[in-house]
Amino acid sequence: MVNENLVKDVVKEPYKYGFVTDIETEKIEKGLNEDIIKLISQKKEEPKFLLDFRLKAFKKWQKMKEPDWAALGYKKIDYQDIIYYSAPKQKEKISSLDEVDPKLLETFDKLGIPLTEQKKLTNVAVDAVFDSVSIATTFREELAEHGVIFCSISEAVKNHADLIEKYLGTVVPASDNYFAALNSAVFSDGSFVYIPKGVTCPMDLSSYFRINSGDSGQFERTLIIAEESSSVSYLEGCTAPMFDTNTLHAAVVELIALDDASIKYSTVQNWYAGDEEGIGGIFNFVTKRGKCLGKRSKISWSQVETGSAITWKYPSCLLLGEESVGEFYSVALTNNLQQADTGTKMIHIGPKTKSTIVSKGISAGSSKNSYRGLVKMGTKATGSRNYSQCDSMLIGDQASANTFPYIKSQQPNSEIEHEASTCRISEDQLFYLQSRGIEFEEAVSMMVSGFCRDVFNQLPMEFAAEADKLLALKLEGSVG
Amino acid sequence: MQIKMKESDPILEVENLSASTDNLPILKGVSLTVYPGEIHAIMGRNGCGKSTLSKIIAGHPSYNITNGDIKYLGENINSLEPEERSQSGIFLGFQYPIEIPGVSNLEFLRVSTNARRKFLNKEELDTFDFEELVKEKLEIVKMDHAFLSRSVNQGFSGGEKKRNEILQMALLEPKIAILDETDSGLDIDALRIVASGIKKISNAQTGIILITHYQRLLDEIKPNYVHVMSDGKIIKTGESDLALELEEKGYEWTDNFIKET
Repeated sequence: MVNENLVKDVVKEPYKYGFVTDIETEKIEKGLNEDIIKLISQKKEEPKFLLDFRLKAFKKWQKMKEPDWAALGYKKIDYQDIIYYSAPKQKEKISSLDEVDPKLLETFDKLGIPLTEQKKLTNVAVDAVFDSVSIATTFREELAEHGVIFCSISEAVKNHADLIEKYLGTVVPASDNYFAALNSAVFSDGSFVYIPKGVTCPMDLSSYFRINSGDSGQFERTLIIAEESSSVSYLEGCTAPMFDTNTLHAAVVELIALDDASIKYSTVQNWYAGDEEGIGGIFNFVTKRGKCLGKRSKISWSQVETGSAITWKYPSCLLLGEESVGEFYSVALTNNLQQADTGTKMIHIGPKTKSTIVSKGISAGSSKNSYRGLVKMGTKATGSRNYSQCDSMLIGDQASANTFPYIKSQQPNSEIEHEASTCRISEDQLFYLQSRGIEFEEAVSMMVSGFCRDVFNQLPMEFAAEADKLLALKLEGSVG
Repeated sequence: MQIKMKESDPILEVENLSASTDNLPILKGVSLTVYPGEIHAIMGRNGCGKSTLSKIIAGHPSYNITNGDIKYLGENINSLEPEERSQSGIFLGFQYPIEIPGVSNLEFLRVSTNARRKFLNKEELDTFDFEELVKEKLEIVKMDHAFLSRSVNQGFSGGEKKRNEILQMALLEPKIAILDETDSGLDIDALRIVASGIKKISNAQTGIILITHYQRLLDEIKPNYVHVMSDGKIIKTGESDLALELEEKGYEWTDNFIKET
C-alpha cells in the first residue's frame, strides 16, 4: 500500500551527530584484567580506597553473569575486545579553556554545546565529557559562590575525597548488577554535583557525553548529592559517531536527596542507533538510581530515549524518607531495528511515600520497545501510594511493544494503581489530518508529540522543545 | 445530463472515473461536473460507492484510480497528495470524523487553517489572531469555546463531531465541499444548525456535494441536482424533485434504471 511505504520513509533522517573528531588520543591496550584497572587508577592518580573499590568490583564482576532476562537480542559482547581508557591527548594540567584543544571545542560547538567564554550557554552550566575524560566545566566560579560543587568526578576524587568515599556506591553497590559491577571497576569520568544545605542551585547543570572512539567503551559515573532543603535540576545529553561496530556504554548514576531536598534529573539520549539494517550503534546498559534518604525528599527522573541500538535502563527511586516522592517520566522511541527495554523501579520503604510513573513507548520500523517496571511496597510503607501509566504507540505493522509491570506489596495499607494502553497511528488518522492540509510528516509528528505531552511537560523548557524536534527528526521518513 | 450553458468554468469535473481498493472495483465510470454556486446531492444505497467517491476526490491513499480523471479548476489532480488538495480548496466533511488523542483541537484547526492560508498567499495567523478568527466561526456552528481545548474529536458526541467538521469548513473556506452524510446521527436541532452553517459558508463561487440518504437535509438545503448512485455508477440525474420521488418510492424504484441501462 502506498501509505505503508510512506510510513517507512519517515524514519530515515540521517543521524546529524555521526561525525568523528580526528584527534590524537591516548588509549590503553584492549582487554580487562587487574593490571588494566590498576593502570586506569594510576593514570587518574586515585587514592587507595578507590583502587580497592575498583578491584573489589572487578572480583564481583568476574563471578557474575551477563543478565539475559530483558526482552533484547544481541550478539554476545566480548569484554576483552574493548578499550577501557581513551582520552584525547592534551597538556597535563589545564588551567583555563584556552588551553583545551580547539578541535575538542569545535566538536562540542558542532553538537550545539559551545564551551568557550564568549559563546557558552547563558543559563546552563555544562560539564563536557569526551570518551573517557571530562574536557571542561563551565560556570564553576559562579556556582562556587553559592557553595555548589560541579566538576568532573575525577577532580572530585582529588578535591573532595571525603564526599566520594562517603557516598560512592551507596545507592548502586558494585554488586548490584553485571553492568554496575563493570562500571565500578573501570569507570573513567563523569560528573559530580554537591548542593549544600538550603541552596537552590542558581542554574541548571548539564553533562554532555560524547563517545568519539569506535573501539573503546564509555563508562561514566555520575554522583549527585543534595543536602537538606536544597534543590537542583540536572540535564544530560549524549551523542556518538556512526561506526559499523557496536560500542558499549555502561554508566552508573547515583543520586542522594536528604531531608526536604529535591533532584530533577532529565536525559535526552541520542546515541547513534545503528543503520537501517541494524549495523552498528551504541549498546546502552545503564544503572540509574536515586535514594530519597531524607524526609519529604524528592527525586524526579525524566528521560527521552531516542538513540542506541540497545537500551537497557531503569532509572529508579529508593523511597526511604517519610513522605518522600519518586517520579519517572519517560518517552522511549525506537525505530528500524532498535531495541529498548526500559522502565523504572519504585521501592517504597518509608511510610507515606509517593511515586508516579508515566511511560510512553513509541515503536516504528521493525523495532522492539518494552516497558519493564517494578513497584514495591515494603512492610513499613504504610499509607504509601503509587500511580503508573504505561502507554505504547505503534507506527507501521512491523514494530512491537511490550509492558511488563511487576507489583509487589507487603503493606496492605498502601495503594497501587496501574493503567496501560496500546494504540497505533492509523491510516485513517493520518488521512484525516492530511485532508485538512497538514503534511504527512507533520501529521505524524503532531500525533507523536500529542502522545508524549504528559512527559514533555515535565522536561525543562529548552529540553522539551529539543525533545519535540528530536522525535520529529527521528520519525521523518519512518511512517507510511 | 447538464444541458444548460454555463457562464463560468467548472470547479470540479469527474470524468468516467473508475477506482478500486485491494483489486476490488468500487467505482465503475462516474462522471460529475460541479459549477460555482451549485449544490449537488448524491443519494444511493449503502455500499453503492458514494463515500468512496468522496474519499477519492479528497485523495485517500487506499484507493487506486484505474481509469478516468478528476479535474479541479481545470487541472488534473489524480496524483495530488490529500494535503495539497485541501490546501487548494477541496474539503471533505467526514461521515465518521476521526478522533486524534493528545492533539488539541485548537492547534489542529490553526495548523490546518494556516496551511490553506499559506497556499492562498495570505499571512499565517499566530495563536492570538487565530483565536479571534475561530471565535467568529464558532458562532456559525453554535459551538462552545471549550471544544477548542479538547483533543480533536475525542469524546465528542456524534453531533459535536459533525459541527466540528462544519467549523473546519468555515475556517478553510473551500471552493468545493463534499459533505459525506453530514446529516446522519443528528437530531433535528443539530441538523438545522449544521444546515444553516453550510448555507452561510457557501456562496455563488463555491460548489457543494451533499452525500445523503435522507430528504430531511435536502429540505434545509435545496440541491440544484440530485444524482442516484448504484453499483459504482450514477444511474440517474435529476433536479431536486428526484429526491422527493426517491423518498416516496424507495431505492427499489431505481433498480429499474439499471435494467434500462
